[in-house]
Amino acid sequence: MAIGVKVMKRPETEVSYIRATLKGMRLTFKHMFQPKVTMQYPEEKSTGDERGTYTISPRWRGTHRMMADEQGRSKCVACGLCPQICPANCIKLVPGEDEEGNRYPLIYEIDEFRCVFCGYCQEVCPEEAIHVGVHYENAEYNRGRFVYDLERLTAQTHPVSSLWDPTDARGE
Amino acid sequence: MSPELKGFILLSILKMLVVFTVVLVGVALLTLMERKVSAWMQNRRGPNRVGWAGLLQPAADGLKNIVKEETFPAVANTGLFLLAPAMAFIPALLLSGVIPWAAPLPISVDDFGEAIHAGLTSLYLEPTGRFISWLFHLVFGPVSFHGVLSGAVADLPVGFLFILAVSSLGVYGIALAGWSSNSKYALLGGLRSSAQMVSYEVAMGVSLIPVLLLSGNVSFSEIINRQQAGTWYIFPLFLSFFLYFVSGFAETNRLPFDLPEAESELIAGYHTEYSAMKFSMFFIAEYSNVVTVSAVASALFFGGWDVPFISVDPAHPGLLGTVNLGLLFTLLSALVMFVKTMTFIFVVMWIRWTLPRFRYDQLMALGWKVMLPMALGYVMIISTAIYVIEHGLGIESARTQSWILFGLNLILAYGVFGLLDRGRIVSGSNSRTRVPGPGPVAGARRVA
Repeated sequence: MAIGVKVMKRPETEVSYIRATLKGMRLTFKHMFQPKVTMQYPEEKSTGDERGTYTISPRWRGTHRMMADEQGRSKCVACGLCPQICPANCIKLVPGEDEEGNRYPLIYEIDEFRCVFCGYCQEVCPEEAIHVGVHYENAEYNRGRFVYDLERLTAQTHPVSSLWDPTDARGE
Repeated sequence: MSPELKGFILLSILKMLVVFTVVLVGVALLTLMERKVSAWMQNRRGPNRVGWAGLLQPAADGLKNIVKEETFPAVANTGLFLLAPAMAFIPALLLSGVIPWAAPLPISVDDFGEAIHAGLTSLYLEPTGRFISWLFHLVFGPVSFHGVLSGAVADLPVGFLFILAVSSLGVYGIALAGWSSNSKYALLGGLRSSAQMVSYEVAMGVSLIPVLLLSGNVSFSEIINRQQAGTWYIFPLFLSFFLYFVSGFAETNRLPFDLPEAESELIAGYHTEYSAMKFSMFFIAEYSNVVTVSAVASALFFGGWDVPFISVDPAHPGLLGTVNLGLLFTLLSALVMFVKTMTFIFVVMWIRWTLPRFRYDQLMALGWKVMLPMALGYVMIISTAIYVIEHGLGIESARTQSWILFGLNLILAYGVFGLLDRGRIVSGSNSRTRVPGPGPVAGARRVA
C-alpha cells in the first residue's frame, strides 16, 4: 500500500489548490490576447536572411545547387573530391575532358534521397562549385525526380549555405 | 383531435425542431470553439483554413466522420458495441428538452392558417400568404392555441429531478462502450468513468438541494420565477454553485476530471475502438453534456432567461409596464440565456486548457472526502439558516433573505477557500500513509 512519494514541505499558503487554479486561469487568459506565433505557411515562408519575420539559419543545409561561371557552364572541374568524401555515396560523377584539356563532368548526379546533408561536398570543393542550399521545399510527384542531374543543379537559384558563421569561422 | 390540442402539438414540434437544431449545430460549433480557445491560450491561431476563420471546420469534420470506415473489433460484443454510442447520445440530447431556453410566450391565436395569412400580408407577401395558409388548412385543418407557451420543449413539473435522473443514464453508454470493446484501455476508461460519475453524481445532487430549499419547487420555470422575484441564487447559494460546477466537470468528463478518456494513459479511454460516426456520437454527447451543465448552472443560479435589471410579471413576461414586447421579449430572453450559457461553456474550456488531470486516488478522495461532506454540511447550514431567518427572525421578503444568506456565504466561502484549502483538498499520496513522529527521510521508500 505504502508508496514513498517525496512531498515538499511548502508553506501552507502555497499549497492552496483553488488559489493555484485561479492563478493558472489568469495566466491562460492573458495568453489569449498575446500575439500569435503561428506561421501561415503557404502564404508566409522562412527566409534565409534577416528580411522576413521567420528566418532560417544561413548555415541551413538543404538540397544542392551547382554554381555556374559567366558563360553559364558549371564551375565543376570533375576533380572527384566530392564523391570521394561523400559519406552517403550519393554523388555520381563521370569526368570528361574537352579539346583544350579542361576537365568537366559528363555526368554529375546527386541522389537527394541518399544524401545526409552533411555539407562535406561543399566544404571539400576546390572550385566552390557544389553547394548545399538554404532551401526546404522539395516535394516531387515521383521518386525519380529526386535524383538531381547537372542541368537541374545548375538551374537552382536558391541561396546557398554558409556552412559556418563567417564572423566566427573556427566555431569559438 | 381538437384544434387546441393540435396547436399544442404543432407548437411543441416546432420547439423541438428549433431546440435540437440549435443544440446540434451549436455542439458542432463548440468543437471549433474548443480548438480556437485552446489555440489562443497557447498563442496559436487555431483552425482558419476551412471557410472564414475556420467556421466550416465542423462541417468538414462531420463530413469526414460520415465517410470514414466503421470499424468493428473482431472480439467485440457487437450488439452492445452498437448500442453504446446511442446510450451516450440519447440522454445527452434528451436533457436539452427540459431546460427553459427562453421566457414563456403568451399566445392567443384562433386559427394559425389565418394568422400566417395576416402576418405575410402585413409583410406585403399577400399571394404567398394566401397559398401557405391554404396549404396549412389543407394539411392540418383548423389549429388554434390560447395560453402561455413555455420556453422549454417540455416544461416538466419535475424538470430538475429529470435532469439528475437522465444525466446519470449517460454513464451506461460509456461503461458499455468500455466493456463491449473488449480492449484493456477501453475497459479501464469505462471502469474509471462508472466509478467517477457515480461518485460525483452524489455530490452534484446534494449540492443542488439548497436551491430546492430556497425555491421550494423542482420545476425549472418556478425556480426561475422565484429568482426573478428575489435575487439570482448565485448570491445566497454561492458555495452550492461552486460545488455544482466542480461536480459538473466530473459529470461531463472534462479536464481536470477526464480520467475516462485520459489520452496520455488510455489512448482515448472508453472510445478507443470506435471510429467514424460512432466516435462522433460520443463527442456530440460530451459537448451536449457541457451545454446542459452550463445551461442548468445558468438556470438554477443565474436566473435562466431572466434579463438583468428588468422585473417581469411571470404571467405576462412580455409586458414591460404598458409596452407589450411579446415575441421580441422572448427572443431577448433567449439571447440572455444564450450569453449566460456560453459564458459557462467558455469557463469550462478555459479550465480544461489550464489544469492538468487528477490522479485517480485524488479524484476519489476529492469526491467522497471533500465534495460530499462539504455539500452535506452546506445543506445543513443553509436549511438551518433558512429556518432561522423565516421563523426565528420572521423575515418574509425574498430579497432580504437572499442578502442575509449572501453574508453567511461570504463567511463560509472564507472557511472553504481560506482555511480548508491548504494542501488538504488535493493531496499527495503520502497523505494516506503518514508516518507519525520523525519518520524516515521524505522520499525514502517505506515498506508496508
